[in-house]
Amino acid sequence: MGIIEHIGRYFLLLKDTFSRPEKASIYWRRTVEEMDLLGLKSLGIVALLSFFMGAVITIQTKTNIDSPLIQAWVVGFATRQSTILEFSPTIIALILAGKVGSNIAAEIGSMRVKEQIDALDIMGVNSAGYLILPKIVASMFINPFLVMVSMFLSIFGGYVAGTASGIIGSSDYLQGIQTNFIPYHITYALIKTVVFAFIIATVSAYQGYYTKGGTREVGISSTQAVVYSNVVILIVNYALTQFLLI
Amino acid sequence: MIEVKGISKRFGTTQVLTDINAVFQKGKVNQIIGKSGSGKSVLAKCIVGLHVPEEGQVLYEGHSFHDMDRDEKKMIRQEIGMLFQGSALFDSITVMQNVLFPLQMFGTMSKSEMEDRAHSCLKRVNILDKDRLFPAELSGGMQKRVGIARAIAMNPKYLFCDEPNSGLDPQTSILIDDLIKEITEEFNTTTIVITHDMNSVMETGENIIFIHQGRKWWEGSKDDLLNSENKELNEFIFAGGLMRQVKKAMTGRS
Repeated sequence: MGIIEHIGRYFLLLKDTFSRPEKASIYWRRTVEEMDLLGLKSLGIVALLSFFMGAVITIQTKTNIDSPLIQAWVVGFATRQSTILEFSPTIIALILAGKVGSNIAAEIGSMRVKEQIDALDIMGVNSAGYLILPKIVASMFINPFLVMVSMFLSIFGGYVAGTASGIIGSSDYLQGIQTNFIPYHITYALIKTVVFAFIIATVSAYQGYYTKGGTREVGISSTQAVVYSNVVILIVNYALTQFLLI
Repeated sequence: MIEVKGISKRFGTTQVLTDINAVFQKGKVNQIIGKSGSGKSVLAKCIVGLHVPEEGQVLYEGHSFHDMDRDEKKMIRQEIGMLFQGSALFDSITVMQNVLFPLQMFGTMSKSEMEDRAHSCLKRVNILDKDRLFPAELSGGMQKRVGIARAIAMNPKYLFCDEPNSGLDPQTSILIDDLIKEITEEFNTTTIVITHDMNSVMETGENIIFIHQGRKWWEGSKDDLLNSENKELNEFIFAGGLMRQVKKAMTGRS
């Protein structure tokens, strides 16, 4: 199957996904369940990763700009900018593509090979809408929350690492993270997050929904979901940055 | 009643079904039999609309399924109950929730009425005491019973059973066969069973269609089966020693 056919089939799946739900109350209940499964259960890994990544950014920045001509607060400023503009929205999206994307593809793929999706179709349920729409809505709703937590913890991690190791003073770091703050950068990061959430949910669901075969193929779909989600995220990241920041 | 007219289906360059014509009668257990890979499951999937045939029509009470719009197809599908080969129960929810599922999606009943209906379906298949278990905690035969309970929850007009006895011991197979027969009579459904289990054919088959190499090769009742002169059919049904002995006992001929 060629790439054009895949893209066509992806958009046809999206059309089915966004068609009228059978019973809104059941879809809403499933959306809340997915928020817990896809979002809140990822909070731990996001928090851990963000804290230590912020710490590393601070230490690396300091070692790379250790010059009497550069003021000390620049370390805090660079940590904040790296975190808000790229690390939290993009790197966390790539991590979530691995964790959540593989989960989505494996769940839907298993349902396909066990004929559970056929069972839904035969009952007259719009299987694409029932299975995929709640995941899309939940991801687009909960991921911005995860990214905001990530931003806070990354900057906090930088503060802890910088002050604990003595490479930057507390007041310098705090001055740095407040210097030249542009609120639009938060908006830019959240727009990227919502778009990436959509990509993760839909690309992974597509891989799972069209799984053919058995458990081995479910594993392959799961891997492909992560790989393709990451590739699409990186391409769209470039396009969005070009479009929103320049 | 379901009628198929001139159904042909291919996957890529492989022709799977060729010009199949058949009538599946109401209130009867209609069986589609044939070797593995003969195309019988594909035919069933064409009938329920999971596959779209390249040629031919499927008529539900005279109305062509493939000419129906999305909402009409949905209405027909809500009148279909299907028992899958692997049961296809939703494994993240309990037995009770599986049976409640179609009622919650499409039913207009109150919560307590839905629960009463689900209970009566589980009771009908003698598995009410397992309602709080998850599918993975049930044996294959029990999963089939839950599959039947879910299939009849919406009072279907059409019941499809894909290899209902696969993976079951002979005793449990007979129980499932009896259940399918009883439900067909009780609900007056048009029942289509896809099977290659000759015990099941002799137990419940009323109108039997033999598919061979993607074509309808033979059609008749279970009484006609033993006396058929059709070479491919005989090779299929008498492949096992038991059926040869049955024939000898019944007809005196080997």
